[in-house]
Amino acid sequence: MVTIRIEALDVALGDRRVLAGIDTEMTGGGLIGVIGPNGAGKSTLARAMLGLLKPLSGRVLLDGAEVGTLRPADRARTIAYLPQGQTLHWPLSVERLVALGRMPHLAPFSRLSAADTAAIEAAMAATGTLDLRTRDATELSGGERARVMLARALAVEAQALIADEPLASLDPSHQMEMMELLAERARAGTLVVVVLHDLTMAARFCDRLLLLSQGRLMADGSPDTVLTDAALAEVYGITAWRGTAGGTPLLVPLGRS
Amino acid sequence: MLHMPPARGTPPVLLIGLPSLAAILAALASLFIGPAGIPVADSLAALSGHGDPIVRAILFELRLPRVALGLLVGAMLGAGGASLQGYLRNPLAEPSVLGASNAAALGAVVALYFGLAQAHPMALPLLAILAALAALAPLFGLAGRSESPLGLILAGIAVATLAGAGISLALNLSPNPFAAMEIMSWLLGSLEDRTPQHVWLAAPCIAVGLALLLWDGRALDALTLGEDSARTLGIDLRRVRVRMLIGLAVGVGGAVAVSGAIGFVGLIVPHLVRPFTDRRPSSVLIPSTIAGAALLTAADVAVRLIPTNAPLKLGVVTAFLGVPVFVFHLVRERRLW
Repeated sequence: MVTIRIEALDVALGDRRVLAGIDTEMTGGGLIGVIGPNGAGKSTLARAMLGLLKPLSGRVLLDGAEVGTLRPADRARTIAYLPQGQTLHWPLSVERLVALGRMPHLAPFSRLSAADTAAIEAAMAATGTLDLRTRDATELSGGERARVMLARALAVEAQALIADEPLASLDPSHQMEMMELLAERARAGTLVVVVLHDLTMAARFCDRLLLLSQGRLMADGSPDTVLTDAALAEVYGITAWRGTAGGTPLLVPLGRS
Repeated sequence: MLHMPPARGTPPVLLIGLPSLAAILAALASLFIGPAGIPVADSLAALSGHGDPIVRAILFELRLPRVALGLLVGAMLGAGGASLQGYLRNPLAEPSVLGASNAAALGAVVALYFGLAQAHPMALPLLAILAALAALAPLFGLAGRSESPLGLILAGIAVATLAGAGISLALNLSPNPFAAMEIMSWLLGSLEDRTPQHVWLAAPCIAVGLALLLWDGRALDALTLGEDSARTLGIDLRRVRVRMLIGLAVGVGGAVAVSGAIGFVGLIVPHLVRPFTDRRPSSVLIPSTIAGAALLTAADVAVRLIPTNAPLKLGVVTAFLGVPVFVFHLVRERRLW
């Protein structure tokens, strides 16, 4: 099982300090959510964890090795990424698109091996996209598209998966489906980190939450301990209603405080 | 690179085979058709080392270099267009649209204008390559900073316009009408009166260019998902960028140095090929390379067959042939990419 350790991480985009003094450690076994208001640095944290951004100071360690110093293919085999609002620039078929996830495993100019094909099939089966195989990935509905993009990320068969706002533009049913898929992966041992805006979903599906505000890690722990009234008021400026419906814990934003 | 049978589209054998056949036919036509009007039987005799020495000279010194250059330059332009479209994720990208061909032509013009080309045979291709590099480098820098294709196309137009202005300046200041004529002929593009030396000049440049461009098919596929995703798929984008830049500059520079600026081939060929592929940028690369060779060689045959007072220039024909074909495809396939 892979461990991501973040030590005193500072990240700047241009002149603006986006993350400051982030310290945490993440392992698989439970779904980890990253929450916080717009501009809190959630996506930046995700990108820094993937080695896409160079830290100003501090380190991101992947099983003890600094993520920026790993060979690109090694890093790619270990952490998969599901970016926010994934764009697709050419109308590939769904199968071809999912197959791109095997790229970190391929030697130059080699063909897909049986293991690669099996991984592609498994990823499509897990996301219920086998029927879409021959469809143009650019002509899918929002829900289909989100599942296909997740299949692409799962096909990497990485030990860690970072998903940046995978719920954006999904209807409630597809949102819950996406969260169930991610939580299932996480509980099976993959290190799954998901950036979320929806506090209800975060409270319901995540086992651990990281609350970011203005580039700082404000709270880190189980949803109960992170999503306190005081934290919601301070970070989001909102009040919330808490309750259960059919045994499911619910948190619903009520009003601006 | 074609590591799976396509889920749709033409089988790889046909995708490679048909353009190859077209290239061979075009090459044969180019070898046997010309102003000397040599019967095919005499040509065959000459090619096998017998027959009239004059016929032999025409075939080996004039027509064979022309065939070789048509194939080489066409292949380079086809591959350049296909890989630039893939790299920039933009169906409008092409060496001439982005100003690389114009800049290389400017380099060639500078070499001609200042007499450097006469001083050393390598001066012309070298300046063409350097000028193409100078034009492409800022564009690639720009492409790295934004996901938007629009800024890049605008910058390409700026570079192309600047190079065009430089050429106009050279024409404006040219010491005599003959110099102006020579510069003009580089801009129109032609394969007429090329010698085996031209082939030896262009072939290594184009070989390097093709090798560098065809190397990165898989990276182009990953870029279908954007730069961040490509990097998280293990693609070292900085290296890809350097290979593309050098491949294009050396290849296009070398091609322009012997043929002048020939537009549209790099733009049109990938569009003609793409509907028959599974649309992955990598599966467009090799068929585009071969189809480019076929198209340019065929256009060079057309130049000889169309009766005109002054000899037609190749760049003029590719534009006249290419644009209607391109528009037809645009209309028929509402989505080409």
